[in-house]
Amino acid sequence: MLLALQSLTKTFVGMKALDEVDFELASGEVHALLGENGAGKSTLIKCLTGVYRRDAGSILLDGRDISPDSTSRAQALGIGTVYQEVNLLPNLTVAQNLTFGHEPRRFGIISPRAQRRRAAQMLEGYGLDIDLDRDLGSYSVAVQQLVAIARAVELSGRVLILDEPTASLDDREVQMLFAVVRRLRDRGLGIIFVSHFLDQVYALCDRITVLRNGCRIVTERSDSLDRVRLIEHMLGRELAAQEESEKRHRRSAPLAGEPLLSFAGVGRRGFVEPFDLEVQRGEVIGMSGLLGSGRTETAELMFGIRRMHSGTVSDAEGDLRLNNPRDAIAAGFGFAPEDRKTDGIIADLSIRDNIVLAMQARRGWLRRVPRAEQKRLAADYIERLDIRTSGPEKAVGELSGGNQQKVVLARWLAMNPRFLVLDEPTRGIDVGAHAEILQLVRELTARGMAVLVISSELDELIAVSDRVIVLRDRRQVARLSGSDITLENVVHAIAASDEHREVSA
Amino acid sequence: MPAAVKRILPQLITLLGVMVLVSLVFPDFLSIDYSDGRLVGPVIDVLKRGAPVALLAVGMTLVVATGGIDLSVGTLMAITGAVAAAAIVAGHGLVLAIVLALAAGLCAGGFSGFLVAVVGIQPIVATLILMISGRGIAQLITEGRILTFNMPGFAFLGSGTLLGVPVPVWIWLAVTALAIVIVRRTALGLLIESVGINRRASALAGVNARVILIAVYMASGLCAALAGIITTADIRGADANNAGLWLELDAILATVLGGNSLRGGRFSISAAVIGALIIQTINTGILLAGFPSEYNLVIKAVLVILILVVQSPSLAGDLKRLGSQLSRRAPRRSAKAAPQRSDR
Repeated sequence: MLLALQSLTKTFVGMKALDEVDFELASGEVHALLGENGAGKSTLIKCLTGVYRRDAGSILLDGRDISPDSTSRAQALGIGTVYQEVNLLPNLTVAQNLTFGHEPRRFGIISPRAQRRRAAQMLEGYGLDIDLDRDLGSYSVAVQQLVAIARAVELSGRVLILDEPTASLDDREVQMLFAVVRRLRDRGLGIIFVSHFLDQVYALCDRITVLRNGCRIVTERSDSLDRVRLIEHMLGRELAAQEESEKRHRRSAPLAGEPLLSFAGVGRRGFVEPFDLEVQRGEVIGMSGLLGSGRTETAELMFGIRRMHSGTVSDAEGDLRLNNPRDAIAAGFGFAPEDRKTDGIIADLSIRDNIVLAMQARRGWLRRVPRAEQKRLAADYIERLDIRTSGPEKAVGELSGGNQQKVVLARWLAMNPRFLVLDEPTRGIDVGAHAEILQLVRELTARGMAVLVISSELDELIAVSDRVIVLRDRRQVARLSGSDITLENVVHAIAASDEHREVSA
Repeated sequence: MPAAVKRILPQLITLLGVMVLVSLVFPDFLSIDYSDGRLVGPVIDVLKRGAPVALLAVGMTLVVATGGIDLSVGTLMAITGAVAAAAIVAGHGLVLAIVLALAAGLCAGGFSGFLVAVVGIQPIVATLILMISGRGIAQLITEGRILTFNMPGFAFLGSGTLLGVPVPVWIWLAVTALAIVIVRRTALGLLIESVGINRRASALAGVNARVILIAVYMASGLCAALAGIITTADIRGADANNAGLWLELDAILATVLGGNSLRGGRFSISAAVIGALIIQTINTGILLAGFPSEYNLVIKAVLVILILVVQSPSLAGDLKRLGSQLSRRAPRRSAKAAPQRSDR
């Protein structure tokens, strides 16, 4: 066995992140590591790469016990890691990045020619045709990822850990990446693949190990583990009930009567083409389109993050002013942004502080939300949304992605908004939290809240929406409702050519 | 242990350590006499002389909590002192002199805050503007001289005594207590921290980040004005060139000694004020110990480095790990020993 973890245990304050986990990796194998948020995947990887030290258990590489205490030590031992966010220097050239820290020298001076030659050697067999002298930052994420892999393989060469490598890649790029991974596997590397895209896992991996709540649940060959059982292992609950609730009654036609909100001719030059939208009480509007089609931009206009150049927004009482997020919040809007880390959470503050933040900002600094009320809110939402934490005072930055998203949601639910915009609410979140968040959206609308969901996962969007709006080139190109909401229709609307649009318009 | 005490414990221990150190080289350090209705002694002297930096540290902590820094506070002491002195020389009363000085501090802080929050200039650059040009403004006010005055009421703020304790001590104690009450009893502290950690996310949650940013620089200006008033009152004159010279650096140091991250976020005013006392104890201690004056800055530097290293979280983590490794070896014996004891 190339790599074997035996009874690996890691405890954080009051929480067992890994509980006697066994894991084996053979050379020439791609082994998927799956689990919900907080299952212990990242902790396991961090123990392997020397970020954390294990509390108990052993890590055997080629049968020898190792204790990496830093990432460079892990690399020297033969364990390299590539993360979703590429950890390279975009302002250096490709060649410099590849040889960084190991530059070929001549008389103590870096020799650019030897550097380039060495970089070219390193990239051989990766099918990359790129200019080694250009800044790495000028290439796509996919290319950067491959460069990072080439570097990791060169420096370590035994075990390669890919942590959500495909999250920001498109289909073609994923195929490119997979080809490289397969070639590395055939060269005898052991590869650990972490992803929440099950299709990709099945397409690429030889074996699958599932973690849940810090324990190893199962390790099995991927061709003998079918998808339903896999998801059951990951969620640890029966799927039948869940599927039942998916088949929910969808409103066949838009509700009659006074709309909750009317957007009329709202647009911003060079940003979003003017659009009209009437939002009904208690409906879920799905917004679909490719990256760059103007989905997030539309949400930013609605929430006052960018000012609109044209159009009006009104409710039953009259026109609304939406010059900044504070105006939007005052009008009863909420917005859970796509990029949780930079736009959503306040990482160093506690869960409690994060939940009360919007409410506190609305009340003004003089009228502090009473401490008892803060505690009640935090306890309430931790329970209702099933936020996995050792307590309300834990810093949000220490939670896993799905739980961070739930905290951001709790912040808005505490405000009891009438119109909630969720931008990619399930991105970077695995199956369990996924279903919980979709379930939550339904509960909210049942009580009259209108929700706009932006998502690039069509299945999810179709399952949850009463109406679907499709955007292309920053304008609305289709609106589907009732039984028209099918995968086929949405895909056609996204893909339709320009002439087609003119005909239908 | 309450969280508030736990937070300032390292600073308290450090202060105690420095006091013990000073007592070793100057045994009378802790002696306090009572004469002429006032307490006298090195410790009282530390409390009094530490007043300007303690006041600056209060404001600086708020600015640092937003991820900013205020280099202008030393200069603001000169400007506000000059404003007060000029008002007195021009024949205005005590109250007006104080009000004008405080207003000058608020305006200057508002100016820096505007540059940071609205124009978007980096705090270190925005406040550097006033740090440099402000000395010139102070010189214009004093017309290049040391502006002396004679007004017992104003001088009382710098060298007077109330209930045996110097007035500047009362002032910094009151300001510190007031500031803590304001930030912790209202939501201001939470909003400042959230803007300091993630301004964009805070703005998206509806926090008015601009107003918060301007407010902390104004608070810092106000604290600088109080420090300027005390200094000017103490020497009964405004010295545009030397009042508050380099004190902005001591204030930043006090904030850092107080365990506040310069990257912003969670902050403790009381810890920063204790940091100011640590600095002043070192200053006074070096003087009392009778070292040749050219050693002063070097000794101070060595002590500060030592303190920062000891307080650093990564070192604390290393020590903890070392401790747990040692105790992991030890318990085998004690584990056996324990049940025996319980059997008896």
